[in-house]
Amino acid sequence: MTELFSALMNYSFMQHAFIACILSSIGCGIIGTYVVVKRVGFLAGGIAHTVLAGMGIAYFMEGSPSVGAVVAALFAAVFMSFVKLRWKQQEDILVAAFWSVGMAVGILFISRTPGYSVDLMSFLFGNILLVSKADLLLMAALDIIIVSIVFLFYKQFMAAVFDEEFARLRGIKIEIYYTVLMCMVALTVVLLIQIVGLILVIALLIFPAACAAQFFHSIFKMMIAATVFCMLMTISGLSIAYQPDLPAGATIIVVAALFYVISIISSALIKQNKKKATVS
Amino acid sequence: MDTIINLDNVSFSYTNIPVVRDITLAVSEGEFLGVIGPNAGGKSTLLKLILGLLQPDKGNIKVFGKSPEKGRSRIGYVPQYPAFSRDFPINVRDAVLMGRLGETRWYGGYTQEDKDISMNSLKAVEMDNICNQTIDSLSGGQLQRVLIARALASRPDILILDEPTANIDVRAEEDIFALLKQYNDHMTIIVVSHDIGFISGYVDRVACLNQTLLCHTTSEISGKTIEELYGAPVKMIQHAH
Repeated sequence: MTELFSALMNYSFMQHAFIACILSSIGCGIIGTYVVVKRVGFLAGGIAHTVLAGMGIAYFMEGSPSVGAVVAALFAAVFMSFVKLRWKQQEDILVAAFWSVGMAVGILFISRTPGYSVDLMSFLFGNILLVSKADLLLMAALDIIIVSIVFLFYKQFMAAVFDEEFARLRGIKIEIYYTVLMCMVALTVVLLIQIVGLILVIALLIFPAACAAQFFHSIFKMMIAATVFCMLMTISGLSIAYQPDLPAGATIIVVAALFYVISIISSALIKQNKKKATVS
Repeated sequence: MDTIINLDNVSFSYTNIPVVRDITLAVSEGEFLGVIGPNAGGKSTLLKLILGLLQPDKGNIKVFGKSPEKGRSRIGYVPQYPAFSRDFPINVRDAVLMGRLGETRWYGGYTQEDKDISMNSLKAVEMDNICNQTIDSLSGGQLQRVLIARALASRPDILILDEPTANIDVRAEEDIFALLKQYNDHMTIIVVSHDIGFISGYVDRVACLNQTLLCHTTSEISGKTIEELYGAPVKMIQHAH
């Protein structure tokens, strides 16, 4: 523990890693809540895996992989919302196809780029200890975008995820809000890829909000709680991984899963106690 | 009285089998219209056409003289089944506030005025005391009232209800129709029901729908029309007007 503390004081890579955890938790808590209540975890997974195509192409063309990731994620988000709104019958097939083709394209491009092998693992599983200052700035910017959009259009998003048909009748342009929502999911995925990599990103998008759902029954409270949960999960995962030099991304996911199990058990216990209290 | 909903020779099919055929119907302001008919007779489809959720294959629909998409903001709609999942984390108050969408400001949260109007709609259906409960804790009858409150919160000129009493007991059914009758003083009401004996005590006019439409004032309904409609004799209950 003391070693972790001194590393945090002395090494900028550790400071960056901690700040990255906090910044990504904000987007994760807000957007994860929408993903969980709207049950679009599978779509978010499709977006995450498509990101590899964007990163691969960017690498091949000697561009910035972060930019490639953002472009690919947004492209996938628009496609996914189109699927959800127009081709609902084929949803699972189309998402699964996008999911795997996205990865395949990414790997093809990366294989054609000289000296690729170092980076592939960190795309897939994240490398939180390599977060740069520029990455942190990108994360902060994405957070600001997400928070301001959700703040401005809170009512509309709420209606769109709660009751599409009714929202449409009240004049809400569902297509637009749904697409914007999926684009925010995409930006959050990009935020989280730095931390846990694109394969594990889904877990971090879902566990914090799913934990929050056990205890809170309003979207707004869930968002706050999920943000806090996500901070706890990422920071404690990172801390546990530091001393024995475990892969941070994987440790964070296992810690997040433990949080989820504990939250299910404790919410069940709380319910039981309440029942007992009302009976006696 | 002014005609506020006008259907002119409207036909619609999901596949190649027609669901509604050559429907011509005019609804006047202040009317209480009951739409009855057998299952799969096209009742819900007719409502969805009026609401602009479906586009007719043939014919023309006007709501307040405009296209349904433009005119529907003045309609309050109460669906037969809620389109949301019951375990969605939301309480009654917030669900009803959504009725204010389209009437309120475009940014940020709801205004105090929205909150007051929603609370008044909840009071009207006597659900204001449970406004903090989550929707998964409601009974079928309570949920139905909450859906009505949500529709009322937009302060509509027309209220359209699809089988409002399908999932609730007779006692609650009577309460809801008594409430609707009260609202009929200043609102046009269209209600879909399969329960002909029951609604004819409340409505001004009945539209019998089984693909095509036959309209009657309630006193004209006889055993023969019902038999035509349902294709079999239906037990009739005498009701006074």
